[in-house]
Amino acid sequence: MRKQKDKLYRTLLWGSAFLTVAILVMIVGYIFFKGYRLISFDFIFGDYSPAGGGGIWPMIITTIYTIVISLLIATPIGICAAVYMQEYAKQGRLVNLIRFATESLTGIPSIIYGLFGAVFFVTTLKLGMSIIAASLTLTIIVLPVIIRTTEESLKTVPHSYREGSLALGTTKLQTLYKVILPSAMPGILSGIILSIGRIVGESAAIFLTAGTVAAMPSSIFSSARTLTVHSFLVTQESGDIELASAVGIVLIVIILVLNLSATFISKKLNKADF
Amino acid sequence: MNTNGIKVRMNNSTLVQEPNKEVKISVRDLDLFYGEKQALYSISLDIHENEVTALIGPSGCGKSTFLRTLNRMNDLIDGVKITGNIMIDQEDIYKSTDVINLRTKVGMVFQKANLFPMSIYDNVAYGPRMQGIKNKQELNEIVESSLRGAAIWDEVKDRLKHSALGLSGGQQQRICIARAIAMKPDIILMDEPTSALDPISTLKVEELIEKMKKDYTIVIVTHNMQQAARVSDKTAFFLSGEVVEYDVTGKIFSMPSDQRTEDYITGRFG
Amino acid sequence: MPRQTVEIKKSNKRKYMLEKLSSRLFQFCALLSVISLLLIVGFVFYKGSLPFLVDGYSFFDFLFGVDWVPSEEKFGILPMIVASIYATIGALVIGVPIGLFTAIFLAEIAPKRAAKLISPAVQLLAGIPSVLYGVFGLALIVPFLQNQLNLVKGQSLIAVILVLAIMMLPTIVTVAETAIRAVPKTYREGSLALGASEIETIFKVVVPSAKSGIMAAIVLGLGRAIGETMAVILVAGNSLILPTSLTDSVRPLTTNIALEMGYAFGTHQEMLFATGIVLFSFILILNFVLAKISAKGGK
Repeated sequence: MRKQKDKLYRTLLWGSAFLTVAILVMIVGYIFFKGYRLISFDFIFGDYSPAGGGGIWPMIITTIYTIVISLLIATPIGICAAVYMQEYAKQGRLVNLIRFATESLTGIPSIIYGLFGAVFFVTTLKLGMSIIAASLTLTIIVLPVIIRTTEESLKTVPHSYREGSLALGTTKLQTLYKVILPSAMPGILSGIILSIGRIVGESAAIFLTAGTVAAMPSSIFSSARTLTVHSFLVTQESGDIELASAVGIVLIVIILVLNLSATFISKKLNKADF
Repeated sequence: MNTNGIKVRMNNSTLVQEPNKEVKISVRDLDLFYGEKQALYSISLDIHENEVTALIGPSGCGKSTFLRTLNRMNDLIDGVKITGNIMIDQEDIYKSTDVINLRTKVGMVFQKANLFPMSIYDNVAYGPRMQGIKNKQELNEIVESSLRGAAIWDEVKDRLKHSALGLSGGQQQRICIARAIAMKPDIILMDEPTSALDPISTLKVEELIEKMKKDYTIVIVTHNMQQAARVSDKTAFFLSGEVVEYDVTGKIFSMPSDQRTEDYITGRFG
Repeated sequence: MPRQTVEIKKSNKRKYMLEKLSSRLFQFCALLSVISLLLIVGFVFYKGSLPFLVDGYSFFDFLFGVDWVPSEEKFGILPMIVASIYATIGALVIGVPIGLFTAIFLAEIAPKRAAKLISPAVQLLAGIPSVLYGVFGLALIVPFLQNQLNLVKGQSLIAVILVLAIMMLPTIVTVAETAIRAVPKTYREGSLALGASEIETIFKVVVPSAKSGIMAAIVLGLGRAIGETMAVILVAGNSLILPTSLTDSVRPLTTNIALEMGYAFGTHQEMLFATGIVLFSFILILNFVLAKISAKGGK
């Protein structure tokens, strides 16, 4: 009886794991086999042509724009906010409020961010459907990620570093940028990498704020489409699974590289710690 | 206020009279609270220039807390409240808001070596650089003289650019002392500086303290009573946040006037 | 004794000023997340409540109306609410058990080498854009359903459920596996020493101890599923009917917003914001319910 029950559970465990792995292998395999024929130098670096056969260079550039702009804004703000929470703030109502806000922002679905961005950045601030409007929306999306990872890495900096530095007659600010932030850097970096992944994977919020123009953006005030949005649109509009899968390969490779560098950095972090 | 009480405590020799020695630190009626909880009870004592003063007592007696009031490290903890006076060179350090100036004058060495993850050179030069010294020549001189002052120059002079974290525990602690010396302080506070070290390293640090006495006023918290007896000129015995007895070290260890001091140093508790 | 006040050294004055300035700046940055949240919630709720507060639309008709015809000023979202609820519950029912069992397998049973290979791969899949799950769903799951079930159109509630369940898997597996691995070895040894089998130990001791982490995994996976928009558009069919069977074409709340935001204006646009409010409340309620469940399990 007991043995049979054990056996049943064991089968379920193996079965589930097998199913999960099979499905995931199938997804990646499918996208790869559907799309790999399109991958070429011209596909990556070529200009888009609506008639087909064009490349995805404008979408790559647009994606890079959104990453760079949102991180340029979100990283300093996020680090400063985390520094405030960990190094300056006294526990109390204000800290609880900020923590609540940060956690709530994490839980809001991206379509709501899109709604907000479409009205606030696009209409109210008159930025129009543009890369900048999308990037500002993305800034709010990744802000909590950067705050949380930075806070976590500040927590790992030994308290004795702070004492040692302050006891030498330095200010908190000096201690911060000479000792604490350098020690917390690997953690902050992995937060940034996580954010890049989030930006690359984002679609709904960008769809509603950057629009869908499939051409090389002339400036950050142009409407444009990112890789992910492109992959969505070619599927929805023309059912071009091959093209969508080719873009998918590029996306998966980007995520793979990001994951590998995050692993590399965290390994380095562990080594640096004595 | 019960003036009688103060008198009794004075008679109990928490203030050692030494007319021919300069008083460097003078503490009067110091109370310290962590929130509601009182940790120090009206501490009054004088610490003399160019002497080693040891603070001994069981764990949690307030000796480390007291040490940290001398360079205001307790300010870092939320909810600490202090009443009374601490005068260093006749200036009340809790009246001034210039903590930077205080901490450049009062250096500190911690229980566990807490070098930064930088090179040996950068660790020692850290404090002076933060004071705005940029001249390479000047920094080199400071680093060398500080390392010599901490009796570790010969051991590390060939690898100043190597990470300080690669050194042994004893070496690291002496670099910490060099880092404190580099600020040219008057006073050096040491919070159980040898408790994490092996006996040989401990001996080296103790010899160093002996030598440093002529240039600095040293206050050292120690768990190790032999250490207090070996290195200090005066000893204060702390118990439950009070100074039970404060006197010349030889007297404390040979004929303590308080029964509790005797019980502690003969190992009956603690 | 007269108390002397001691002057601040001149060279330090600048430092203290910088100190004050920087701490204010840091505080302001931290407050930006509060400001952002207020702006987002404020905008969505303000815009979304206008039709009801100003134009006199009935909120009841909005929630329980079955017709959504913006050109005729008919804004009933019941079909979308029902579609969202069905899709979420369906994805939970399929995705959570498989995900948790996989996590348990990887943390407890799997040969070390297999786990070392599979875990990072699953982690990678948690990070790939969800649109790709939609592409996969449209290319493979939809035609499969169409053929197997003899449907006119493969885009359906069941397709949405399957895509969302698959999408949740990597998130649930990754987070739950970490939680299970964090359970101290001594718990297992204690149970095994008392004569419990490995499987009994896992389900009676290890999994209950990792409960809060497992709950977090479910909440995260669910959050990903319920808020998902673009992948769902591709496989849902987007019809505006009240779903009565798994094979009906559906339009969940999120897709309604994304599909129409591009050309909506006036009351129509405000109604999309109202849809956003409903989605918001939906998520709040779900999180609340899950928190309640996990609290109850704790006793």
